[in-house]
Amino acid sequence: MNIPFSGQIINMCAALLLLIAFAMLSQRRILSLINLFALQGLILAVSTSVVAYSSHQVHLYYSAALTLLLKAVALPLILHRLIRKLNVKWDVETLFNIPTTMLAGLALVVFAFNLAAPISQMAGTITKSTLGIAMASVLLSFLMMITRSKAVPQVVGFLAMENGLFFAATSATYGMPMVVELGIALDVLVGMLILGIFFFQIRTAFDSLDLEHMEKLKED
Amino acid sequence: MFASFGVLPMDVILGVVVFWLALGTAGLVLQNSRFITRIIFPLGALGSLVLAGAALAGLNEVSTAILPLGLPDLPFHLRMDALSAFFLLLLGSASIGISLFSAGYFHGMPKSALGPLCLEYHIFLAGMALVFLADDAYLFMVAWESMALSSYFLVTTDHDHPEVRRAGFLYLLIAHVGAIAILMCFGVMHGGHGGHGGYTFDAMRHGQLPAFWASVTFFLALFGFGAKAGILPLHAWLPEAHPAAPSPVSAMMSGIMLKTAIYGILRVTFDLLDVQLWWWGVFALALGLLTALFGVIFAAVQSDMKRLLAFSSIENIGFILTGIGLTIIFHDSHKEALAALALTATLYHALNHAFMKGLLFLGTGSILHATGERHLGKLGGLIRRMPELALLMLVGALALAGLPPLNGFVSEWLLLQAFLLSPGLPQPYVNMLVPIAAAALALAAALAGYVMVKFYGVIFLGQPRDSSLAEVHDAGLWERIGMLCMAVGCIALGVFPSFVILHLDFVTEMLVHHSLSASAAKTGWLLLTPIEAERASYGPLVLLLIIVGGSLLTAFAVKKFYHGRVRRGPAWDCGFPAQTARMQDTAEGFGQPIRQIFEWYMGVVRQVPAPFDRHPHFHSETHDLLWNIFYAPAKRMNDAAGKLMGKLQHGRIHIYLLYSFVTLLALLAFVR
Amino acid sequence: MSYPSLLLQLAQNALVLLIAPLLLGWTSQCRAWMQNRSGAGVLQPYRNLNKLFHKDAVLAVNASALFRATPYILLACMWLAAALVPVLATGLPLSPAVDVIALVGIFALARVFISLAAMDIGTAFGSLGARREMLVGFLAEPALLMVLFTASTISGSTSLITIVETLAHKPFVLYPSMVFAAVAFIMVMLAENARIPVDNPATHLELTMIHEAMVLEYSARHLALVEWAGALKLLAYTTICIALFVPWGIAETGNWGALPLAVAALALKLAGAGAGLALLETLSAKMRIFRVPEFMGTAFLLAVLGLLTHFLLETAA
Repeated sequence: MNIPFSGQIINMCAALLLLIAFAMLSQRRILSLINLFALQGLILAVSTSVVAYSSHQVHLYYSAALTLLLKAVALPLILHRLIRKLNVKWDVETLFNIPTTMLAGLALVVFAFNLAAPISQMAGTITKSTLGIAMASVLLSFLMMITRSKAVPQVVGFLAMENGLFFAATSATYGMPMVVELGIALDVLVGMLILGIFFFQIRTAFDSLDLEHMEKLKED
Repeated sequence: MFASFGVLPMDVILGVVVFWLALGTAGLVLQNSRFITRIIFPLGALGSLVLAGAALAGLNEVSTAILPLGLPDLPFHLRMDALSAFFLLLLGSASIGISLFSAGYFHGMPKSALGPLCLEYHIFLAGMALVFLADDAYLFMVAWESMALSSYFLVTTDHDHPEVRRAGFLYLLIAHVGAIAILMCFGVMHGGHGGHGGYTFDAMRHGQLPAFWASVTFFLALFGFGAKAGILPLHAWLPEAHPAAPSPVSAMMSGIMLKTAIYGILRVTFDLLDVQLWWWGVFALALGLLTALFGVIFAAVQSDMKRLLAFSSIENIGFILTGIGLTIIFHDSHKEALAALALTATLYHALNHAFMKGLLFLGTGSILHATGERHLGKLGGLIRRMPELALLMLVGALALAGLPPLNGFVSEWLLLQAFLLSPGLPQPYVNMLVPIAAAALALAAALAGYVMVKFYGVIFLGQPRDSSLAEVHDAGLWERIGMLCMAVGCIALGVFPSFVILHLDFVTEMLVHHSLSASAAKTGWLLLTPIEAERASYGPLVLLLIIVGGSLLTAFAVKKFYHGRVRRGPAWDCGFPAQTARMQDTAEGFGQPIRQIFEWYMGVVRQVPAPFDRHPHFHSETHDLLWNIFYAPAKRMNDAAGKLMGKLQHGRIHIYLLYSFVTLLALLAFVR
Repeated sequence: MSYPSLLLQLAQNALVLLIAPLLLGWTSQCRAWMQNRSGAGVLQPYRNLNKLFHKDAVLAVNASALFRATPYILLACMWLAAALVPVLATGLPLSPAVDVIALVGIFALARVFISLAAMDIGTAFGSLGARREMLVGFLAEPALLMVLFTASTISGSTSLITIVETLAHKPFVLYPSMVFAAVAFIMVMLAENARIPVDNPATHLELTMIHEAMVLEYSARHLALVEWAGALKLLAYTTICIALFVPWGIAETGNWGALPLAVAALALKLAGAGAGLALLETLSAKMRIFRVPEFMGTAFLLAVLGLLTHFLLETAA
């Protein structure tokens, strides 16, 4: 195996991202979920700056800084504030038991890697094998959204999914053009704010953030 | 050894077969119970010993013979090669102990029942030997059916009980569905060589089947032999038939007869078919793992000691099938050394299972004799009344739990090594499934430990759960000798794996054209090194000596530096005053965590008392979901078909004659 | 097998036997400090053992030979396990006889024996403890095996010696799969050594105990041996952890000059591991027994994921 050291660090980051995705899947507490999300942002920033360093792409430094600021600091702070205001520190109710969810996650990882295998073969970057992991973390975040019944974990899942996509972009293609990245960052921020407002609305309407209440909206 | 006398090993084996048949007949004719148990069964064991010796001598040669028996123009073809010889060795060596045990176990049975039993028992042995020797489809099926029928009669020895009759019927039914599949499998192969040379295996060996028909053959064989082995979902007869049969028969069926099915799968896949496709291996691997997990999970929730062992047999057959699957995958990927390793693990486990499961089933026989009780809820504390049996059974339980330095661990170790060395398979999906498969295997192996602690702990340890257990006696001398043979087998197979592998090499050389001996010989007999010494090595004898030596050294040192004073007092148990036997875990209680964790995969029926119930009653039952999925619909369909056929039935003789007449006309028109 | 390596093996055997209680004492002491207690001192386990050895053994009236033999077997198993792990140098002559799979087998052997002994007297707590121990064990054992498999596939060998040589003495490579393996291993280690959050080594609260419930009937020298075996087990796990995840500093075969450094590195690493364990125990709370299968299942799946990651990420090149 002759992967340069920076490649190894990126592989390590990829593995950590996957680990965090699984930790999120098995986490019962909202607070820890948000902390994990912040950690995910931090690792993303590290891996992006390593990619920037090894490929000499200056704009990636900016996006690493942006990631750090937005995903490791700003969004977790907003989420923390949100759950303090909404007073929803309770445990997350999962719809399935956790080992079963993780077993499904394991299957997803195998699936994601097979999906990514042909693309990785074509990609010439030093980090080609991480594409599968990026894809897997997107799918795992999706799975997390499916298996949670409360609103806040679902939003965290959504944000984690975006993290996975971002990682896929940096690892496979050395990132997107700066404009696109800025746009996405802004989108996420705005989306977060809108969702925050929604939370309050949902709670005033249903007295709970349990999304099972939304089923009442269905017409019979 | 035999060649020096001018006798071929195969002749000796045929002689033993004839000897067994003669013993059986003598038992039936003489009807003298003392003579049967004291002379005939020990003589049968002697036959087994000779058979094992001859098979050992015949491992490295191929001999064939044609017997002018059978139908006109259809003589019996016999052939003994390494594969046959290995399984004959298994049969011979494992049945020594069982026959000796039977000499004690069947003593005191009524004469009228003992005569037929003696005949069936020896026909069963002879039938299995002939299955391994057969070299044509005709003799194979004859031997297979005589084995199936004699074992059916043995299972239904206690036919006064309706559940025994039901178990026997289920066994016979599934055995025959399997036999049909085997017949069809031979039929397909017969077509493969254009029908020349007839039904002999030799002709099939030279046939060329296209991939599609080869796959059909393989799956027919897997189905047909799987029905005998108890592979999912054809396992349903096993947990019914094993508890119903007398214990030596259970030991024989579980330890040896299931291996005839393994022999069949190996014979068809690697010898008779000229291609092996890797996806067969994936299928067998997945099926084997499912079978193993299913078996062990259900074993953990059983309350009947023989049913528990029967489910554990399903688990072990799953292990063996996993090994076969892995062998096929490696073989098709041209990794011959790995294929040899996986095949060695498979064969080794088959041999081990014969000894350890045989030992445990024999032990249940002694317990049954002493206490008359099969239900774990009524046993307990037997180690104090039956210390020698308890020691022998401890060997079997530890071996079955897959613990070093006993034999169950060796084959598991080899199989895990095969898994570990698998990276680099050409199929990416398979490559990814390997770690998951290894994990499932490890889980099943660990659960086996749970099952064995439950089995041994509930039967032998704790306080007696029934007052009648206070005056039980230890097993008889013959029974103990029989079990001692099996226990010695377990220990020897565990401690001297290098010797065993040396002999298994003839089989792997024959089936996958590679053997392990070259690498194993380099490091000497003390260490087992299947691939290279740097990759993996295991020295069970060293391990055993260190553990025994360490224990003794510690005991000695403690006595020397401190003291060895002991007082006896009542049990402490956190100071709770009254200690009754009902306070211990029951068998159900011990299985409760497993039931809780795997509730999704089994049908659990619970009856929980209400909070204010004056006479609370708790009841919980575990059902096999597969029964509902596969068997219940089949039964319903069968019933419906039966109703339909019932319409043809009028009870008047001339209507039936009319049916025959119409059939005759149709046939004549068809063959015109 | 040369004399120096034989000497090394004997030295290691003596060393692990002697320092095992020290590690236990150090961990308890760290825990006490972190919880603002003064603690009993790092030598307390030795004093305990000495006291227990001096006492008269009291056996239940119906205790069988199995019950009396188990403490010795347990100690022999754990001693062997701890003596096999390369802690100072890799040239251990015993090591070829027992590879990592056999090591897991030895742990399983000890577990089965102590569970059987717990069921022997036939008390309510004994069988409860045995059942719970086996429940923890049947998930911890495959998880541990998977962790070791990850290291084995990386180094292409199941021998602990070769694993350590590959990880410590070859050019440095980051193995992402080892991250998963490390997390899973720590979870297994907590469970197998009866630590919080799975079990509490200091409790005799009836409904929550696992390990303590099993050894309730043991007293005096038998109890001392069981506790010593427990300390050896903790040491074995800690040294495996060191060997797999921070192997730097272990001397190579034949390199005797590196031994003093190896001793210093070992002392430092063990101190760190003990403090880390105490920190983990202080930060977490004991979980309900029904959560334990979930915890162990998570460890098992993480270990499998680690192995999978290795197959996917590290063998692709």
